[in-house]
Amino acid sequence: MKITVNAKPHEVSASTLDGALNELGLISPALATALNGAFVSRAKRVETVLTDGDRIEVLAPMQGG
Amino acid sequence: MEFYGTALASRLFLGTAQYPSPKVLCEAIEVSGTEVITVSLRRETSEGVGTGFWHMLRQTGARILPNTAGCHTVQEAVTTAQMAREVFETDWIKLEVIGHADSLQPDVFALVEAARILSEDGFKVFPYTTEDLVVGEHLLQAGCEVLMPWGAPIGSGQGLRNPDGLRAMRAHFPNTPLVVDAGIGRPSDAAAAMELGLDAVLLNTAVAKAGDPVGMARAMAQAVTAGQTGYAADPMPRRDMAVPSTPVLGLAELI
Repeated sequence: MKITVNAKPHEVSASTLDGALNELGLISPALATALNGAFVSRAKRVETVLTDGDRIEVLAPMQGG
Repeated sequence: MEFYGTALASRLFLGTAQYPSPKVLCEAIEVSGTEVITVSLRRETSEGVGTGFWHMLRQTGARILPNTAGCHTVQEAVTTAQMAREVFETDWIKLEVIGHADSLQPDVFALVEAARILSEDGFKVFPYTTEDLVVGEHLLQAGCEVLMPWGAPIGSGQGLRNPDGLRAMRAHFPNTPLVVDAGIGRPSDAAAAMELGLDAVLLNTAVAKAGDPVGMARAMAQAVTAGQTGYAADPMPRRDMAVPSTPVLGLAELI
Protein backbone atom coordinates (compact mmCIF):
# COMPACT_ATOMS: atom_id res chain seq x y z
CA MET A 1 0.00 0.00 0.00
CA LYS A 2 1.29 3.44 -0.93
CA ILE A 3 0.96 6.12 1.72
CA THR A 4 2.50 9.50 2.38
CA VAL A 5 4.23 10.11 5.72
CA ASN A 6 5.38 13.64 6.47
CA ALA A 7 5.11 14.50 2.77
CA LYS A 8 7.31 11.58 1.68
CA PRO A 9 5.97 8.55 -0.22
CA HIS A 10 6.25 5.16 1.45
CA GLU A 11 5.24 1.61 0.56
CA VAL A 12 4.06 -0.37 3.59
CA SER A 13 2.61 -3.81 4.11
CA ALA A 14 0.86 -2.96 7.38
CA SER A 15 -2.87 -2.27 7.23
CA THR A 16 -3.19 -0.10 10.35
CA LEU A 17 -1.65 3.19 11.40
CA ASP A 18 0.08 1.54 14.34
CA GLY A 19 1.52 -1.13 12.07
CA ALA A 20 2.77 1.40 9.55
CA LEU A 21 4.50 3.46 12.24
CA ASN A 22 6.26 0.36 13.56
CA GLU A 23 7.26 -0.66 10.06
CA LEU A 24 8.78 2.77 9.45
CA GLY A 25 10.57 2.82 12.80
CA LEU A 26 8.51 5.67 14.22
CA ILE A 27 8.16 4.17 17.67
CA SER A 28 9.01 7.00 20.07
CA PRO A 29 6.33 7.61 22.70
CA ALA A 30 6.68 11.36 22.12
CA LEU A 31 4.96 11.32 18.75
CA ALA A 32 1.52 12.50 17.71
CA THR A 33 -0.27 11.41 14.56
CA ALA A 34 -2.83 12.76 12.15
CA LEU A 35 -4.49 10.94 9.27
CA ASN A 36 -5.66 13.04 6.33
CA GLY A 37 -5.69 16.15 8.52
CA ALA A 38 -7.51 14.65 11.51
CA PHE A 39 -5.89 13.80 14.85
CA VAL A 40 -5.56 10.10 15.67
CA SER A 41 -4.82 9.42 19.33
CA ARG A 42 -2.21 6.94 20.47
CA ALA A 43 -4.93 4.57 21.62
CA LYS A 44 -6.76 4.67 18.28
CA ARG A 45 -3.78 3.86 16.07
CA VAL A 46 -4.19 0.10 16.41
CA GLU A 47 -7.74 0.18 15.13
CA THR A 48 -7.18 2.85 12.46
CA VAL A 49 -7.21 1.07 9.10
CA LEU A 50 -5.22 2.67 6.29
CA THR A 51 -6.21 2.90 2.67
CA ASP A 52 -4.10 3.51 -0.41
CA GLY A 53 -3.11 7.17 -0.74
CA ASP A 54 -3.58 8.11 2.90
CA ARG A 55 -1.64 11.13 4.16
CA ILE A 56 -0.09 10.70 7.59
CA GLU A 57 1.59 13.36 9.68
CA VAL A 58 3.91 12.29 12.48
CA LEU A 59 4.89 15.18 14.72
CA ALA A 60 7.39 15.45 17.56
CA PRO A 61 8.33 18.11 20.13
CA MET A 62 10.29 20.99 18.68
CA GLN A 63 11.51 24.42 19.72
CA GLY A 64 8.78 27.04 19.62
CA GLY A 65 8.00 30.62 20.51
CA MET B 1 -3.84 36.87 39.22
CA GLU B 2 -4.09 33.24 38.21
CA PHE B 3 -3.76 31.70 34.79
CA TYR B 4 -6.50 29.08 34.55
CA GLY B 5 -6.26 28.52 38.28
CA THR B 6 -2.48 28.40 38.33
CA ALA B 7 -0.58 31.05 40.27
CA LEU B 8 2.79 31.91 38.78
CA ALA B 9 5.55 33.65 40.70
CA SER B 10 7.37 34.60 37.50
CA ARG B 11 5.50 36.72 34.99
CA LEU B 12 7.94 35.99 32.18
CA PHE B 13 6.97 33.30 29.68
CA LEU B 14 9.90 32.21 27.53
CA GLY B 15 10.04 30.66 24.07
CA THR B 16 12.50 27.88 23.30
CA ALA B 17 13.36 28.55 19.65
CA GLN B 18 16.41 29.97 17.86
CA TYR B 19 18.97 29.62 20.67
CA PRO B 20 22.58 29.05 19.66
CA SER B 21 22.62 25.70 21.48
CA PRO B 22 20.51 23.52 23.79
CA LYS B 23 22.92 24.38 26.61
CA VAL B 24 22.33 28.11 26.19
CA LEU B 25 18.58 27.50 26.06
CA CYS B 26 18.65 25.62 29.35
CA GLU B 27 20.80 28.30 31.00
CA ALA B 28 18.46 31.02 29.75
CA ILE B 29 15.47 29.19 31.18
CA GLU B 30 17.21 28.79 34.50
CA VAL B 31 18.42 32.37 34.98
CA SER B 32 15.13 33.84 33.77
CA GLY B 33 13.26 32.09 36.55
CA THR B 34 10.45 31.44 34.09
CA GLU B 35 7.83 28.89 35.01
CA VAL B 36 6.26 28.68 31.55
CA ILE B 37 8.08 27.78 28.35
CA THR B 38 6.56 27.54 24.89
CA VAL B 39 7.19 24.68 22.48
CA SER B 40 5.84 23.44 19.18
CA LEU B 41 5.31 20.29 17.15
CA ARG B 42 7.05 19.61 13.87
CA ARG B 43 7.54 16.62 11.62
CA GLU B 44 9.59 13.92 13.26
CA THR B 45 12.90 13.21 11.58
CA SER B 46 14.49 9.82 11.19
CA GLU B 47 17.06 10.84 13.82
CA GLY B 48 14.33 11.31 16.41
CA VAL B 49 15.64 14.69 17.58
CA GLY B 50 12.22 15.69 18.91
CA THR B 51 12.26 13.02 21.57
CA GLY B 52 15.63 14.17 22.90
CA PHE B 53 14.50 17.78 22.96
CA TRP B 54 11.35 16.85 24.89
CA HIS B 55 13.39 14.89 27.43
CA MET B 56 15.66 17.90 27.94
CA LEU B 57 12.77 20.31 28.48
CA ARG B 58 11.15 18.08 31.06
CA GLN B 59 14.31 18.36 33.14
CA THR B 60 13.81 22.13 33.46
CA GLY B 61 10.68 21.66 35.57
CA ALA B 62 8.95 24.53 33.75
CA ARG B 63 5.32 24.27 32.76
CA ILE B 64 4.91 23.53 29.04
CA LEU B 65 2.79 25.79 26.85
CA PRO B 66 2.59 24.22 23.38
CA ASN B 67 1.77 26.50 20.47
CA THR B 68 0.00 26.13 17.15
CA ALA B 69 2.54 28.30 15.34
CA GLY B 70 2.34 28.17 11.59
CA CYS B 71 -1.32 27.21 11.45
CA HIS B 72 -3.42 29.27 9.07
CA THR B 73 -6.79 27.56 9.37
CA VAL B 74 -9.14 26.48 12.13
CA GLN B 75 -8.68 22.81 11.25
CA GLU B 76 -4.89 23.02 11.29
CA ALA B 77 -4.89 24.76 14.65
CA VAL B 78 -7.41 22.41 16.24
CA THR B 79 -5.64 19.27 14.99
CA THR B 80 -2.25 20.61 16.09
CA ALA B 81 -3.64 21.42 19.54
CA GLN B 82 -5.05 17.92 19.90
CA MET B 83 -1.70 16.42 18.91
CA ALA B 84 0.13 18.72 21.33
CA ARG B 85 -2.14 17.77 24.21
CA GLU B 86 -1.27 14.13 23.78
CA VAL B 87 2.47 14.57 23.38
CA PHE B 88 3.03 17.25 26.04
CA GLU B 89 0.39 15.93 28.43
CA THR B 90 -1.13 19.36 29.05
CA ASP B 91 -4.42 21.00 28.20
CA TRP B 92 -2.75 24.41 27.95
CA ILE B 93 -2.43 25.63 24.38
CA LYS B 94 -1.05 28.85 22.96
CA LEU B 95 -3.46 29.29 20.08
CA GLU B 96 -2.07 30.95 16.98
CA VAL B 97 -4.07 31.15 13.78
CA ILE B 98 -2.04 33.24 11.38
CA GLY B 99 -3.89 35.39 8.90
CA HIS B 100 -1.05 36.98 7.00
CA ALA B 101 2.24 35.36 6.10
CA ASP B 102 4.30 38.56 6.15
CA SER B 103 3.03 40.29 9.26
CA LEU B 104 2.11 37.04 11.06
CA GLN B 105 -0.96 38.95 12.18
CA PRO B 106 -3.57 36.69 13.76
CA ASP B 107 -6.69 35.83 11.78
CA VAL B 108 -8.98 36.85 14.61
CA PHE B 109 -12.11 35.39 13.00
CA ALA B 110 -10.57 31.93 12.70
CA LEU B 111 -8.96 32.43 16.11
CA VAL B 112 -12.32 32.88 17.83
CA GLU B 113 -13.76 29.83 16.07
CA ALA B 114 -10.78 27.65 16.96
CA ALA B 115 -10.85 28.93 20.55
CA ARG B 116 -14.51 27.96 20.86
CA ILE B 117 -13.89 24.44 19.53
CA LEU B 118 -10.87 23.88 21.76
CA SER B 119 -12.48 25.35 24.88
CA GLU B 120 -15.48 23.06 24.44
CA ASP B 121 -13.02 20.18 24.12
CA GLY B 122 -11.50 21.01 27.51
CA PHE B 123 -8.46 23.02 26.43
CA LYS B 124 -7.21 26.01 28.40
CA VAL B 125 -6.65 28.39 25.55
CA PHE B 126 -4.06 31.20 25.51
CA PRO B 127 -5.01 33.06 22.31
CA TYR B 128 -2.47 35.13 20.42
CA THR B 129 -4.62 38.09 19.41
CA THR B 130 -4.58 41.80 18.70
CA GLU B 131 -5.49 44.55 21.16
CA ASP B 132 -9.00 44.78 19.63
CA LEU B 133 -11.49 44.90 22.49
CA VAL B 134 -14.39 43.36 20.57
CA VAL B 135 -12.26 40.42 19.51
CA GLY B 136 -11.22 40.05 23.14
CA GLU B 137 -14.84 39.90 24.22
CA HIS B 138 -15.58 37.24 21.62
CA LEU B 139 -12.60 35.20 22.82
CA LEU B 140 -13.87 35.32 26.39
CA GLN B 141 -17.33 34.29 25.21
CA ALA B 142 -15.67 31.41 23.34
CA GLY B 143 -14.28 30.16 26.64
CA CYS B 144 -10.86 31.81 26.94
CA GLU B 145 -9.84 32.97 30.41
CA VAL B 146 -6.58 34.59 29.28
CA LEU B 147 -5.87 37.02 26.42
CA MET B 148 -2.50 37.47 24.76
CA PRO B 149 -2.37 40.66 22.70
CA TRP B 150 0.62 41.30 20.48
CA GLY B 151 3.03 44.08 21.28
CA ALA B 152 4.35 44.16 17.71
CA PRO B 153 4.71 41.59 14.89
CA ILE B 154 6.29 38.30 15.92
CA GLY B 155 10.07 38.41 15.91
CA SER B 156 10.22 42.11 15.03
CA GLY B 157 11.57 43.37 18.34
CA GLN B 158 9.75 46.66 17.83
CA GLY B 159 8.39 46.81 21.36
CA LEU B 160 4.88 48.06 22.10
CA ARG B 161 3.49 49.61 18.91
CA ASN B 162 0.16 50.53 20.50
CA PRO B 163 0.54 51.14 24.23
CA ASP B 164 -2.73 53.08 24.32
CA GLY B 165 -4.53 50.03 22.94
CA LEU B 166 -2.98 47.82 25.58
CA ARG B 167 -3.89 50.33 28.29
CA ALA B 168 -7.48 50.30 27.04
CA MET B 169 -7.43 46.53 27.09
CA ARG B 170 -6.31 46.55 30.72
CA ALA B 171 -9.14 48.91 31.61
CA HIS B 172 -11.72 46.94 29.63
CA PHE B 173 -10.73 43.53 31.00
CA PRO B 174 -9.72 44.30 34.60
CA ASN B 175 -10.11 40.71 35.79
CA THR B 176 -8.73 38.82 32.80
CA PRO B 177 -5.06 37.84 32.78
CA LEU B 178 -3.38 39.70 29.92
CA VAL B 179 -0.06 38.56 28.46
CA VAL B 180 1.84 40.62 25.91
CA ASP B 181 2.86 38.08 23.32
CA ALA B 182 5.25 38.98 20.52
CA GLY B 183 7.24 42.03 19.56
CA ILE B 184 9.27 42.58 22.71
CA GLY B 185 12.83 43.55 21.79
CA ARG B 186 14.43 45.08 24.85
CA PRO B 187 14.07 44.91 28.61
CA SER B 188 12.51 48.39 28.58
CA ASP B 189 9.71 47.00 26.34
CA ALA B 190 8.98 44.27 28.85
CA ALA B 191 9.00 46.73 31.73
CA ALA B 192 6.70 49.07 29.80
CA ALA B 193 4.19 46.26 29.24
CA MET B 194 4.14 45.47 32.93
CA GLU B 195 3.88 49.16 33.85
CA LEU B 196 0.69 49.27 31.77
CA GLY B 197 -0.70 46.74 34.20
CA LEU B 198 -0.47 43.67 32.03
CA ASP B 199 0.07 40.46 33.90
CA ALA B 200 2.88 38.79 32.02
CA VAL B 201 5.17 38.97 29.01
CA LEU B 202 5.84 36.17 26.55
CA LEU B 203 8.98 36.55 24.48
CA ASN B 204 11.46 34.42 22.60
CA THR B 205 13.53 36.10 19.88
CA ALA B 206 14.61 39.01 22.10
CA VAL B 207 16.47 36.55 24.29
CA ALA B 208 17.47 33.89 21.78
CA LYS B 209 18.91 36.36 19.27
CA ALA B 210 20.69 38.59 21.77
CA GLY B 211 24.47 38.54 21.66
CA ASP B 212 24.37 37.03 25.14
CA PRO B 213 21.07 35.16 25.47
CA VAL B 214 21.65 34.18 29.08
CA GLY B 215 22.45 37.76 30.05
CA MET B 216 19.36 38.98 28.22
CA ALA B 217 17.19 36.36 29.90
CA ARG B 218 18.33 37.69 33.23
CA ALA B 219 17.72 41.30 32.14
CA MET B 220 14.22 40.48 30.90
CA ALA B 221 13.35 38.82 34.19
CA GLN B 222 14.56 41.87 36.09
CA ALA B 223 12.63 44.20 33.77
CA VAL B 224 9.41 42.25 34.18
CA THR B 225 9.79 42.34 37.95
CA ALA B 226 10.60 46.06 37.92
CA GLY B 227 7.61 46.88 35.72
CA GLN B 228 5.25 44.76 37.76
CA THR B 229 6.47 46.23 41.05
CA GLY B 230 6.31 49.73 39.61
CA TYR B 231 2.72 49.30 38.43
CA ALA B 232 1.71 48.00 41.85
CA ALA B 233 3.37 51.00 43.46
CA ASP B 234 1.04 53.36 41.53
CA PRO B 235 3.29 55.68 39.48
CA MET B 236 2.90 59.44 39.78
CA PRO B 237 0.78 61.19 37.13
CA ARG B 238 2.53 62.87 34.24
CA ARG B 239 2.67 66.67 34.25
CA ASP B 240 2.87 69.02 31.32
CA MET B 241 5.18 71.45 33.09
CA ALA B 242 8.16 71.26 35.40
CA VAL B 243 7.53 71.29 39.13
CA PRO B 244 10.56 71.78 41.40
CA SER B 245 11.24 68.84 43.63
CA THR B 246 13.49 70.82 45.97
CA PRO B 247 11.51 73.09 48.36
CA VAL B 248 11.27 76.70 47.26
CA LEU B 249 10.51 77.84 50.80
CA GLY B 250 13.68 79.09 52.44
CA LEU B 251 15.49 79.71 49.18
CA ALA B 252 18.26 82.27 49.79
CA GLU B 253 18.46 85.56 47.95
CA LEU B 254 22.01 85.62 46.68
CA ILE B 255 21.93 88.33 44.04
